[in-house]
Amino acid sequence: MTIRWFHYAAPQTFYGLAGRLWPWFAALATLLAVAGLWIGFAVAPTDAQQGEGYRIIFVHVPVSWMSMVIYLAMAFWSVLGLTFNTRLSGMMTRALAPTGAIFAFLSLWTGALWGKPMWGTWWVWDARLTSELILFFLYLGYIALTSAIDDPRRSDRAGALIAIVGAVNVPIIYFSVKWWNTLHQGASVSLTQAPSMARIMLWGMLLMALAFWMYSIALVLYRVRTLILVRERHTEWVQQLEVRP
Amino acid sequence: MRWQSWADFWAMGGYGLYVWGSMVVTFLLMALEVFMARQARLQAEREVRQSQALNQQDGESV
Repeated sequence: MTIRWFHYAAPQTFYGLAGRLWPWFAALATLLAVAGLWIGFAVAPTDAQQGEGYRIIFVHVPVSWMSMVIYLAMAFWSVLGLTFNTRLSGMMTRALAPTGAIFAFLSLWTGALWGKPMWGTWWVWDARLTSELILFFLYLGYIALTSAIDDPRRSDRAGALIAIVGAVNVPIIYFSVKWWNTLHQGASVSLTQAPSMARIMLWGMLLMALAFWMYSIALVLYRVRTLILVRERHTEWVQQLEVRP
Repeated sequence: MRWQSWADFWAMGGYGLYVWGSMVVTFLLMALEVFMARQARLQAEREVRQSQALNQQDGESV
């Protein structure tokens, strides 16, 4: 089993595997998004308190979840990279960063557009919003640092440190609504309690969350293939590879 | 269907600016991300082809 894992961790093998997998994830993402948007905008009823304004939830919650999940995934690959010194780890971390950064930004953006009509303000310096802003800056810091260092190995190691140290921020974001008195509402969905929202709204949101998961996986697999090509372009197997004209 | 008309749908009960402002920016940024990933991929393919061509020339001249 161990040998199998390391076999797929070889960039050459993973390149082919990722190439076969990403179209499936992209197709799933599209289907799930269509279903989720249909439920979210055509089926789900008006909210008793927030009217139609609550429909922002169908993007706000999924992008916010993904912004945290992707950072944890970066930390995971970074730990693997520093432990086993595998070439793929650094490339995976790097492939994840832009998607995570965009989702962190979208979390703040959609949050501001939701906060304005419901709270009367685009922004407050409360624990949830501030820690999400820090997450966005961590992504930007990772991207800036890794692109400033030319040597791939050193660049990966420096990036891995940001990814691992910054991961401390993720549980802070998640639990911020419990630990501090925030303007942001508590979790609508949690593992320990029944969700505090109507079932059909919940379904729409979960479908959208799954769609964003699939989108992220598809894009990261696609992007890591590009990184593998660039980094391994002088190796024998890339030289033999048939690249479309 | 929950909506009386398209105008009703776009208005989102008065929250149109906020709801569509969220949806449209999300969709645009993701489309931009896909486009940039595609451009990077094409660039990488060009570089690999150039390097392969150079390699072949070297092989022939030896």
